[in-house]
Parts: sequence; structure tokens; C-alpha cells
Amino acid sequence: MRRNRARRHLEQRIVVWLLRLTALISVLTTIGILVSLLRPAYEFFLDVPVWDFLFGTEWRALFVPQKFGVLPLVAGTILVALIAGVVALALGMGAAIFLSEYAPDRVRRILKPVLEILAGIPTVVYGFFALTFITPQLQLIFPDMIAFNALSAGLVMGLMIMPMVSTLSEDAMVSVPNSLRDAAYALGATRFEVATKVVVPGALSGIVASLILAVSRAIGETMIVFIAAGSLANLTFNPLEQVQTMTAYIAQVATGETEQGSVVFRSIFAVGLLLFLMTLAMNILGRWVVARYRQKYE
Amino acid sequence: MKLSSPASIAKKAARGRTGYRTWRDRLFYLLFVSSVVLGVAGLVTLLANIVTDAWGWLDWQFITSYASRKPELSGIFAPLIGTTWVIVTTALFTIPLGVGTAVYLEEFAGESRFSRLVQLNIANLAGVPSIVYGILGLGIFVLLLDIGRSVLAGGLTLTLLVLPIVIIASQEAIRSIPPSYRDAAYAMGATRWQVVKTIVLPQAIPGIMSGVILALSRAIGEAAPILMISGIVFITFVPTGPGSSFTVLPLQILNWVQQPQGGFQSIAAAAIICLLIMLLSMNAVAIWIRNHYQRSRQ
Repeated sequence: MRRNRARRHLEQRIVVWLLRLTALISVLTTIGILVSLLRPAYEFFLDVPVWDFLFGTEWRALFVPQKFGVLPLVAGTILVALIAGVVALALGMGAAIFLSEYAPDRVRRILKPVLEILAGIPTVVYGFFALTFITPQLQLIFPDMIAFNALSAGLVMGLMIMPMVSTLSEDAMVSVPNSLRDAAYALGATRFEVATKVVVPGALSGIVASLILAVSRAIGETMIVFIAAGSLANLTFNPLEQVQTMTAYIAQVATGETEQGSVVFRSIFAVGLLLFLMTLAMNILGRWVVARYRQKYE
Repeated sequence: MKLSSPASIAKKAARGRTGYRTWRDRLFYLLFVSSVVLGVAGLVTLLANIVTDAWGWLDWQFITSYASRKPELSGIFAPLIGTTWVIVTTALFTIPLGVGTAVYLEEFAGESRFSRLVQLNIANLAGVPSIVYGILGLGIFVLLLDIGRSVLAGGLTLTLLVLPIVIIASQEAIRSIPPSYRDAAYAMGATRWQVVKTIVLPQAIPGIMSGVILALSRAIGEAAPILMISGIVFITFVPTGPGSSFTVLPLQILNWVQQPQGGFQSIAAAAIICLLIMLLSMNAVAIWIRNHYQRSRQ
């Protein structure tokens, strides 16, 4: 009996240690990301001063003379993410308000999963859609626009991140208690007034956080921009021109025949580090908004 | 954050602008509905566009052939088998690591500092762009550990990418088990590990399984991290082991989308249909598991 008990406790101690090791993997992943970015990025910054990298306005990695000013890549990234964010905000908020305030339960239970299919479609499929369908349609409106442009990539990316905004915002809206709605209705408010003056302000932290997380996702997205936005680092905010984003540059170098010790090869780690820091900051901001401004209801 | 006071809404109601307010209410109802309609229409257009492009190209020859320089002779045999290899590798690593971490955090860690660190870390990892995981895989698995641009390197990279999804889903599954089940086992003198082994895991398996399948379906669609690991390769053989070089469906699709000649767009669309069918069946299995076991528990 006693030996049995001792054996059981030994087994438990071994298992707990094993489990702790598996949990450690996730911490090691973060350390691995930092190490694999920082070391080559450091070597890159020995060749290219940090200041020139961060504030340079010309990015010519694959031509002579080489220039490594990251601003064109950052501008391209922000331009596409901004277009996507506007689309996702307009479609996602409208959908969230409709699903939470207007739709009967049965309609909502069908529509919500249908919209969420959009979030599960592989991004390479969206890239295909942008290049072979959306761009030709846009060229009917803007005949001078070339095949690679920020607008098409941004619009399609907005469609991709729309369900993030609509689902998370709707969750926040549903948690606004009905007593607040009933009070407003009792005073004669219309549905629109209840939605915009009671529900949306009450769920604002969730809505803002959903938009921040969705835009952060757009900044980190690779395939759509790699396929449809172009491969020319271009410091512009004209959505009809081609742009290269940070992710698309990394993908371009990875698919090319760049030598492993070269400055160009190291530059993808510097760009990757900047990308990692940007998305990390936005994710922390998104969670902070929820924690700080959440409305607490009984 | 300020909610409009009921008094201000009442005041407006009294102003006799009911006609304008009702009109505005209807207008915005239409706008909200149209955001949902636009989202759904986007999904339908995307699918219809792919099906029309692929029409007539998807046949048995396409599935059993290797890639070729001529679209009409090309097929997806190599990436189909490659995807299977990589996903099985990913599953083999993801399931023990993900479930182990979740069990540790929920059942053993308590409120220790280590567990809070791991939890925060997982939340941050979930927001890291997939191409950054590709850089991690390239830096650690390919260059540092020197396991080559192989199935193993691809599978390990995707494991780290989807690990947060599996951990979070498993934690939710474990949390949803009624505490009374555990209490009953403790009352019989079971150790913590015995409770986990005999009560928690068997009860949580359906939730964990559907989380794992959803995570793997995310991994199947990922192109960016695999692009960093393997580069664009022209592969006309199937992997023979974890050390083989390989290609996957999303990468083959990317490769074809980027070929300007007409036929390649069609076979890209045909390959997309195969990819979507794989994803759809995996999601169907996940939903079936969830519904089936939810019913049997009640």
C-alpha cells in the first residue's frame, strides 16, 4: 500500500516536470524569435547605421548603389493596412451592429459563421482574388492603373480582416446589458439611436481593440501584398501606385537567389525585427485598451 | 466614456422630429444590412471567381501529375504529398506540446509568476506575423541547427506558429469541465496527476481535438513561413522522409499565380479548390466532433 503511494507521487513529480518543460517551449519560442532576429540585424546595422535605416527615404536593396532607408517599405505597409482598416471598420462595424441589434437570433446564427469563413480562407487565395479579379475590375474605373497596386491588395485584405472586427465588436456589443437598451427604448429612442448612443459607446473598448488587432494582422500579412501590391519600394500614399510592404520585401528576398552572408540577406532580419516590434506594440495596445477601458456591468 | 443621458434622448423625442428620426433609422438599417451583404457577397464572388477559373482543369490527371512547364500537363501530386508530410509532422509535435502546456497551466501551475509569464507570452505569440515565424525557422532550424530546408524544419516552424491556438483551445476545454468531477476524484484520494489522467483529459478530448484540427487547418493554408524555409522550388518528387526537401500546396499556388501565361492562372485556381476542399473537410470534422460530444455529455 505504502509503496504504491510512493510510486504514485514519484510518477506525479516526473509528469509535472515534463509538463513544465512543454510550457517552457513557448517562452523559448519568444527567445528564439528575438535571437534569430537580433543577431543578423545587429550585423546588418554594422554596415548600415540604424539612423540611415530608420529615416532613409530610399530603399534600393537589389540595385547598385544600394540604399537601405526603410521608410518606403513602412509607408507601403501603412498604406495597405490603412485601406484594409477602413474597409474592415465600415463593413465590420455595420455587420456587428446589424447582428447584435437588428438580426433575429436565427439569422444571426447563420450569418456569423458564414462571415467567419472569410477569416479561415488562406491568404494566398486572397492574393489570387486580388490579382485576377479585383484589379481588372478596378482597372475599368481607373484605366491607367497598373496590375500591381496598393488599392486592390488593401481592399481584399479589408475583406479578410472584416470578420475579426465584426466578431469581436459584436461580442462586446452583446455584453452591453439589455436594461440600458430598454431604458432608451422606453424614452422613445429609435433602434439607430439605441445602437449609436447606448450600445456603441458601451462597447467602445471592445470595438477599438478589435480594430487595432485587425490592423496589426493586416500589417503582418504577407501573401496578398506579395502577389498583388507589387515589388517596388515606393514612398507614396497614392493607392493606385505599386508599393512594396515590409513583409513582401522579406518574401521577395527569400524567393530570390541572395547569398547567405550578404547585406541584402541580413536586411530581411532588420526589416523583420521592425515588423515584429510594430505588431507587438499594437497587440499590447489592443489588450491594454480592453483592460483599461472595459465597461463593467453587473 | 459618456452614455447619452436618457433625458437628452427624451428631449429630442419631444422636439417633434419623429419623421426625420424614423427616416434616419431606416436609412441606417439599410447601411448596416448592406455591410453584411457586402461581406457575404465578397465571399461568394471569391468562390465563384475561383470555380469559373478552374472550370475544366480539375481532373484526376491534375491530382496525380507533377508540376510541369506546360500548364495542361501540370499537377499537384508533389505539393499534395508534401502538405500531408508537413501537417503530420506538425500534428506530432503540436499535440503533446500544446496539450502539455495547457494541462500544466490549468492544473498544476496555479498563480505562480512562471505561469503568468507563460500566459502573457502565449498571448503575445498569437499576434506575431507568420512570416516572422518563417524567419525564426530559417534562423534556428535551417541555419543554426542545420536540419536543412526539410519537411522537419517546415513542420517544426508550423508547430511553433499554431501552438498558441492549440494551447488556448485546450485551456478552454479543460476549464469547461465541472469542478464537481474533479472534487469527486480528489475525495477518493487521487493525486493531481491521476485526476488529470482519468478525469480531466478524457472529458476535455473533444474540445482539444476540435482546437487541434482548427489549428492544423490554419497551418495547411500558410504560405509565408514555408516560403522562408524552402524558398521557391521546382520539385518533381515526393518527400521520402522528414529530411527530404518539399513543397506545399499554398506555395505551389503562389508559384503558379506569379506566372503570367494564361493557363497557369487556371491551374492555380484548380489547386486552390483542392486546398479549400481539404480545409472544408477538416473544419467539418472539427464541428462534428464538437456537436457529437456536446450532445453525449448532456
